[in-house]
Formats: sequence, C-alpha cells, structure tokens
Amino acid sequence: MIKELHEKLISGEITSVKLTEEYFDNIEKKDANIFAYLTLTKEMALAQAKKVDAKIAKGETVGLIEGIPGAIKDNICIKGVRTTAASKILDNYIAPYDATVIKKLKESGAVFLGKTNMDEFAMGSSTEKSAYQPTRNPMDIERVPGGSSGGSAAAVAAEEAVWALGSDTGGSIRQPASFCGVVGLKPTYGKVSRYGLLSMASSLDQIGPIAKSVEDAAIILSEISGEDASHDATSAKSSGKRYEDYLTGDIKGIKIGIVKEYMEHLNADAKEVMNEAIESFKNMGAEIKEINLPYAKYALPIYYIIMSAEVSSNLARFDGIKYGMRVFDFKNSDIDFVAENRNLLEIYLDSRRYGLGEEVKRRIMLGTYTLSSGYYDAYYLRAQKVRTLVKRDFEKAFGEVDLILTPVAPSPAFKIGEKTEDPLQMYLEDIFTVTANIAGIPAISFPGRKVGSLPFGIQLMGKWFDEESLLNAAHAFEINNN
Amino acid sequence: MISRDETKHIAGLARIGVSEKDIDKFSQDLSVILDWIKQLEEVNVEDVEPTAHISGVMNILREDNVKEFLNRDEIIKLFPEEKDGYDKVKSVL
Repeated sequence: MIKELHEKLISGEITSVKLTEEYFDNIEKKDANIFAYLTLTKEMALAQAKKVDAKIAKGETVGLIEGIPGAIKDNICIKGVRTTAASKILDNYIAPYDATVIKKLKESGAVFLGKTNMDEFAMGSSTEKSAYQPTRNPMDIERVPGGSSGGSAAAVAAEEAVWALGSDTGGSIRQPASFCGVVGLKPTYGKVSRYGLLSMASSLDQIGPIAKSVEDAAIILSEISGEDASHDATSAKSSGKRYEDYLTGDIKGIKIGIVKEYMEHLNADAKEVMNEAIESFKNMGAEIKEINLPYAKYALPIYYIIMSAEVSSNLARFDGIKYGMRVFDFKNSDIDFVAENRNLLEIYLDSRRYGLGEEVKRRIMLGTYTLSSGYYDAYYLRAQKVRTLVKRDFEKAFGEVDLILTPVAPSPAFKIGEKTEDPLQMYLEDIFTVTANIAGIPAISFPGRKVGSLPFGIQLMGKWFDEESLLNAAHAFEINNN
Repeated sequence: MISRDETKHIAGLARIGVSEKDIDKFSQDLSVILDWIKQLEEVNVEDVEPTAHISGVMNILREDNVKEFLNRDEIIKLFPEEKDGYDKVKSVL
C-alpha cells in the first residue's frame, strides 16, 4: 500500500496534504466508535505533509515513506507531543525529546497523525487496561482489538492510519495484529533502538511496525532499524538493508518447523487454520518439518518473573517528583480521603496509588516480591537460567529449520470484558508469542484464514537478525492467499 | 499463599499506597500468580548459566562527554511544582 501511495504522490495524482486530510476525515468519522487515538497531531502532520508536497513540486526525489501518514503508540516519545502510555500518572506529560525511531522517521519525512491507545504502560493483551477507555476492534466493535498495541492495530485496520508503530514485550504487536487482521512484526531484540520508548521490560521490549501488508511492514522496518550507539547499548550494528528488496515471494526449499507441543493443544478452529497454512506453504515449495521445543512451555512463567522484575525497577521513576502526576493536583471523587500536608513518603505512596492502574500495580508488586530479599534465587535467577534453556531450544531448532510456524494467539478476538476479571486468563493470551521475546528472535503475525467472521493470525518466527527470510515467507503466503 | 502482612510489606517496598481492600485483592492475585509460576521448580537448572539479555553484549562503553541540552525549559515545565527554575519537593529530612 505504501508503494502505491508513493507512486501516486510522485505522479501528482494525490498530494500528501490531501492524503493526510483524508486520514483525518476517516479518524473523525470512525474514531468515536473505535477509540484508537489518544492524541491527534493534526498541525504537525499537515506542516510535514506540506513540506513533502513542496519537495515533489520542485521535482526533488522523495523516499518511500515520505509524506505517508502513520500512527505512533503512545509509549513512544515525540518531542512536544503529549505522551501518556495510557496512564493517568503521565496524563500531562509532554515529551521533551524524540525517540530514535521518531527522529529517523522525521528525517525520512513520514507524517504522524497522532498517538494511539494501549494498555497502560503496555501491560495487557486487550487495550481494556488503558486508563482512558478501551479501544474497540474495527472488525467487530463488541470485541477487543488485542493489546497492548491495540490502538495502533485498530487504527491501521480501520484505515485511520496507513501504518503504525507498536511495541512488543510479550506479544503486544503480534496479538493485536492477529485480532485486527493486519500485519505486525516484532524485530530481533536489538534491531531497533529503544531510546525514547517508555521502558516496560528492558531485556524484552522491541519497537516494530503494524501495517496492511508484509511489504509495508518491511518498508517501516528499513526506516526504523539500526544501531544507536549513543543512546541504546543493546542496539545492534546496522545492516543497512532495505527489507522490501528481499520480498521475492520465492520460498522453494526453505524449511519450516511445526512445534509438536503447540499443535497438540490447539482448539479445532486454530488447528484447521494452521493445517491450511501448512498446506499453503507446502504448495509454495517449503519443506515442513516437525520440531520439538521442550522448554517452550516454560516461556510464559519465565516471562512473568523477568518482565515483572524489570517493570518494578523501570516504573520506580513514576513517583510524582520530577514529572507526571503529583498527588495534590489529582482531584477525583474516587479518592476516599485527601491528606493534607503529606510528607515525602506519602507523596510517593499516594501518587503511585492514584496515578497507576491496578494491573500496573499488580506487576510492580509481583516484581518487587520476586526480587526481594530471600526470593531472588528462587524466582529471578531460576527464571534467567530456564531462559537459557529456552534459547538453546531455539538454537537447536534453527539448526534444523529456517523458520517456525505457530498461531499468534489461541483464539480470535474475544469479547470486551470477557477476560478482565482473571489476570491469569489474560496472561495466557501470550502463550505463543512470548517465546520470541524470551529468546530475542524476530517474529511476524499475518492474517490466516478467518475463523467465522473474525481474523486469525499466523506467526512465523525466524533466526536472530534474519528478518529478510521471515518477511519473505510471510510475503509469499500473503500473495498466494489473497 | 501471600499473607496480608507480606502484601503490605511489598507495597511499602514498591512505594505503592494501598487500601485495606487493595491488600486483600493483591494478596489473592499474587498468590495465584506465584503458584502458577512455581512450575519452574520442576526444571533442572544445575550448571545452567543465567541469561540476562539475549544479545550477549557486555560493557558497551562510550566517552562520557558533556553536551548541552537545548530543551531545558521544557523539562522545567514538567516539574509538578516549580520555584525559580527548581523542582520543589517536600523536605527530605
């Protein structure tokens, strides 16, 4: 879609301003029902679009993403723009700097329509845990869009953005992409700089694209990836690749692994979609091979220890001191008392009590517990050791196959309210996605055959830093199944 | 099972104010989650090295050069309470 729009821009068939206005019209028409956006940046978007149009009018060359409007998850900083991570504690936070991905996209001339809704601090799988209001799934507004990047996935699905950025710590790009019927890519850990992403779990977080097609996701990845030596020590050296150039659609002879342990536990619908996908890959000339990931079943409990430990540390900064909500300026009838003359400790306690949502507090407390004196070895250290075993599982598997095929989530989008009461039920949404974060490998979600009327995503996982094979196989599936 | 006292203690360490009702809810939730996490105990981790993060890089260093930050005013504007360009806080001692 990006390439087509790019062609139209340079041929003069449309202008970037016109295109951007069209998307704002869509937002105006649809977003009252979808609630994909928390903040719109219309002025900034149109100013950028005008610049691109002026360049085109002068006959200057413009890049693929230049002048194409997209949406940014609200945990990624854009200088001068409100950035809340969908939390009340950051309700009034105006980012004083650009995230590296934003800096790169600005340099490439991309247009930002606004900031998208999410589960608070990216903790959730449904976008129901936003401190503002839930986002609805554009495919069925009685259902959740998935999460935590639910606003980004819904915006792309509802044509309220051409492309979007999300972040993925345990599946937060891929599961909403699956639920909304779009494409979502979690790059290899270190592929994209995390500078300017509000940290959730630093050893797992990655920024990645959500888009209408695999090719669009590849274009966005080309724009945002690369080393960021001065800001993110875990960012990897840049390959300088343009990933869209690797999409030949030819996957003859590639080996795709099917995980025995996963297939056994799928429900009938998921099994059917998976079997069709397997057939389709076979028909394209791929070799399908059954593999074992014996430690994969531990990925989710490992995740809940490591993630919550890192969360408890990363979110300690939200204490009402340097920025964000300090409790005295919070006026709400929910407060059962308003203390006067709070001391410093009470400022911390109450700013966090009223500023943070229940799920965020639950995870901070879980992490505080597992890191606390006497429990560190039993929980955190043990989880890190089992993490090594999961990584070895993948090293072994990638000795036998090039890619691994699984569903994205156990089922299609569930109803709003269906899983909010039981945190464990919600956590199980991540069962197929979280292993890629634990192992640090790249993984992509793309639409398989629908289950009833609902989209159902298929996941491919690839070798460390081999995004091109991953994208090419997903692209091959897309062009052969549409 | 995480007791109410333990939950209160954890909330204190995490600097999160909690009501009596919160304590009950969090005790219950944390207990359920920790029970579920316990399945990791069945894994033999003898002689297995821990993985802190996946890229394996260590000690990436750069020069600690002083750079002027050009957006000072925007940071000051974010202070919850400002006085003469300083962030005003409650007395620490």
